[in-house]
Amino acid sequence: MAPHGNPEAPASAASEINREAPKVAATNADSSTTAPASGPAVTPRGATEETPWSLWEVFVRSSRGLSHVHAGSLHAPDAAMALRNARDLYTRRNEGVSIWVVPAESISSSDPDSKGSFFESPQGKDYRHATYYTKSEGVKHL
Amino acid sequence: MTTKDVSTQETAKDTDFAIDGHGDISVGVHGAGASGDGSASATRITPGNALRPEDIALEIQRGQVKPTEDVAEFALRIGDDGLILAQRLGHWISRSPELEEDIALGNIALDQLGHARSFLTYAGAAWGKSEDDLAYFRREHEFRSAHLFEQPNGDFAVTIARQFIVSFYQFELYTKLMESTDATIAAISAKAVKEVDYHRDHSAQWVLRLAGGTDESRARIIQGFKLVWPYVEELFEDDELTTRLAAAGVTVQPSSLRAEFDRLTGDIMAEAELEIPGVPQSLGGGRRGKHSEFLGYILAEMQVLAREHPGASW
Repeated sequence: MAPHGNPEAPASAASEINREAPKVAATNADSSTTAPASGPAVTPRGATEETPWSLWEVFVRSSRGLSHVHAGSLHAPDAAMALRNARDLYTRRNEGVSIWVVPAESISSSDPDSKGSFFESPQGKDYRHATYYTKSEGVKHL
Repeated sequence: MTTKDVSTQETAKDTDFAIDGHGDISVGVHGAGASGDGSASATRITPGNALRPEDIALEIQRGQVKPTEDVAEFALRIGDDGLILAQRLGHWISRSPELEEDIALGNIALDQLGHARSFLTYAGAAWGKSEDDLAYFRREHEFRSAHLFEQPNGDFAVTIARQFIVSFYQFELYTKLMESTDATIAAISAKAVKEVDYHRDHSAQWVLRLAGGTDESRARIIQGFKLVWPYVEELFEDDELTTRLAAAGVTVQPSSLRAEFDRLTGDIMAEAELEIPGVPQSLGGGRRGKHSEFLGYILAEMQVLAREHPGASW
């Protein structure tokens, strides 16, 4: 699916364009289970006349002491405009004190198809948790 | 607006809004603080504290503020500027080149509408009228906006050119009005100036990009400036009202804002390699209720619902 359902770029064409493109972070956790090509598509810079603006991922820090959290994505012609668009789109209800924008194409993401080998291995390895071990006698401050 | 808002305000009874804001009106969706848990969301919603038109209406209702006839007439001028521009900019919703720009222009329109509501609410106190009375039930010759604000949107470049002039003018004006001897005018301006500062940045960024973009975009921004530049002079005209109010320290003479406006817009124009169009200036007259042919259509669209169904609400 093209970002924002651009009628000029039908879904099939978008997936063909993006088959070899690096995967980008999904906009939410659920979409990581879908096929890579149907995630938020990377529009290669200048790939089509209709959508010359590239895709940016937006991270917002809601207050001092918290981390920047992924808020969504947007289109912008360059980094300066991406920051301003992010300000208009994602902080208009007083949500943030700081914004990062990152070109979507700069983000490498794990492959949803290799979830097993990537993420299931630590399961059952309870010796990797501190609670696995019994406290030695005489050790203070644990 | 609603009874809930008013009752919230009652708790901040002794607060002078011009100095202290109006107390906490957070809607109860609290972030996780510094605990870093999963609810520490990037979309936490707290409205924050800022002067709102409702606060001014409350001060008026309590008899704490009342503008003089002159101050009200002045508030009407700048309120009408914002109102008419907001109506114009609102037309871009769903029509701008990109979704992101749609929202940017919509935000600017809402900022302008917010300033207009504050100024019109305050102005209305002199005549026992509400902001809605003034916005919806005045006729064309009773509006005091300058001609620039009612100029058609044209293409995106024309809108940006108009926005560029407006935001640099309003920034200079509101900056000076923060020092106004009228506390309400000063308070509204202090809130507005931060928003207008962003409008300056938005329009300047676009002027630079359109001028330095393609041949087509450059031609269009040049044409855009040619269309709106005739309405610059009117913004900086002094008259009897501004002379009296300048003497009282309520505002400054509009002509005194011109040098800084010329310098700052000139810097951006130079960077964009654009020239100030050598076009003759229009006659103006908006401040005296003499408008171009465009205002009537704007008012017809803006006022029709309120006039067809007086007192309608939703």
